Amino acid sequence: MASDIVLDLRADKVIEAIRQGKRLDGRKFDEYREIKIIKNISKNANGSARVLFGETDVIAGVKMVPGDPFPDTPKEGSISVGAEFLPLASPLFEYGPPGKEEMELARVIDRGIRESKCLDFEKLCIKEGEKVWVVFIDLYTMNDDGNLFDAFSIAALSALLETKIPKLEDEYKIVKGEFSGKLHLARKPLLCTTTKIAGHLISDACFAEEKAMEARFSVATTEDGYMAAYQKGGSGSFSPKEIDDCIDLAFAEAKEMRKQL
Amino acid sequence: MTKKEEKKEYVKNGKRLDGRGLEELRPLKIEAGVLSRAEGSCYLEWGQNKIVAAVYGPREALPKHIQNPYKALVNYQYRMATFSVSDRKSPKPGRREIEISKVSGEALEKAIFLERFPNTTIGVFVEILDSNAGTRVAALTAASVALADAGIPMRDMVSAVGVGKAGGEIILDLNKDEEDASDAVDIPIAILPRTEEIVLLQMDGLLTPEEWKKALKLGLKGCKQVYEVQKEALRKKYLEAEKEEAEPNVEATTQGEGE
Repeated sequence: MASDIVLDLRADKVIEAIRQGKRLDGRKFDEYREIKIIKNISKNANGSARVLFGETDVIAGVKMVPGDPFPDTPKEGSISVGAEFLPLASPLFEYGPPGKEEMELARVIDRGIRESKCLDFEKLCIKEGEKVWVVFIDLYTMNDDGNLFDAFSIAALSALLETKIPKLEDEYKIVKGEFSGKLHLARKPLLCTTTKIAGHLISDACFAEEKAMEARFSVATTEDGYMAAYQKGGSGSFSPKEIDDCIDLAFAEAKEMRKQL
Repeated sequence: MTKKEEKKEYVKNGKRLDGRGLEELRPLKIEAGVLSRAEGSCYLEWGQNKIVAAVYGPREALPKHIQNPYKALVNYQYRMATFSVSDRKSPKPGRREIEISKVSGEALEKAIFLERFPNTTIGVFVEILDSNAGTRVAALTAASVALADAGIPMRDMVSAVGVGKAGGEIILDLNKDEEDASDAVDIPIAILPRTEEIVLLQMDGLLTPEEWKKALKLGLKGCKQVYEVQKEALRKKYLEAEKEEAEPNVEATTQGEGE
């Protein structure tokens, strides 16, 4: 296990390199690692995907479950996003109730999907006031080498794009192995995170770079020119100009990523 | 509620549903130093929002393994009272409160000279007593005043405001009705006002880059208005303290003897 001291020393190296206009792995500041998407990794899931960003490795699985509608939205289904940092993914992760990092991540992914209105919640209604579909999107880490936000985002979207809607019989029971169709997505929202290190903006930070970060800013964009979510994190700050640069990067990077879906 | 009023007009003749202009804040009232046991505190009313914030510390961070030998930790806790929302809220902090606490604490970290207090923690506890949209920015605004009231050395105040969109218009300081619009966009933003460094920024809803440019401008302007009210609250408290020092409080002494 890499001790804190080793991580601190590596952070110094990261900062030193970035000050010289370089990154430790030779990437350009706005360059993503190679992205691999492997679809349908779980037969029992309604939709699933495994995504690799270099050595970062995450899995998203979707299960659609008939549930009770919220009293104030009787004809709308809903989504529920959960993120779990499995201990197999990092010496720093442990089992237990979700920590604040997991909650933040899950909520930001949730906002990108929900607010982009890529899913029509009214189409997820089974019977008004009685039963609606709840789309559970659960995210797991396999290996954490940084930028879990973006990896989770593309994994969640890939899994949703593969999702088949289970067939229902009487009493809202799911017929095993049979489906009534595919889940329709009106948009493809993707989150892109820019990390600020030593005053520079860096795309797709790896773990060592995240250790050296001042702050990060994530933007969920859609292919039709909208932004659906922002999230600033970390103890540093961004100038208004830097925020604009992050937004431009997010649109450009998401466009590239969408080609791989 | 559901989209029962699809055709609700959020802006009419330049006025909003509650009579405000597009770039107008709800009435904001801030009072510093309201709790005697806390190192620093603040009571804030912002429209219907009512918030109390208290600061404890810097004090030893415990358990010891959480200590940072280089700087103080900020333990920011945003909590809503069970009765502060329309339905009763569970007293257990939800995912929303935990996320807000995380990003708000990080926003304050930029403002505080943390490196002056290694191995300590600064507790910032904020309770929402009544709410009507924009509570996270109101809480952060109050927390910042409480920190200054506690005498914690800071680079600047943190001033925060909500900006966003309802009924197709970019507006400042959305209330609950506006936040429930079908096209609503909510953007909480917090800055260090002297340098315009952005320390908290979130958004949800569908927004174009052009709309964002407008919203940011309005947000920065709003934060600076909030900054003035924050400074005034602190100034007022120190003027009162000075007055008390100049003329020893005879009244209080006699009252004490009378008891």
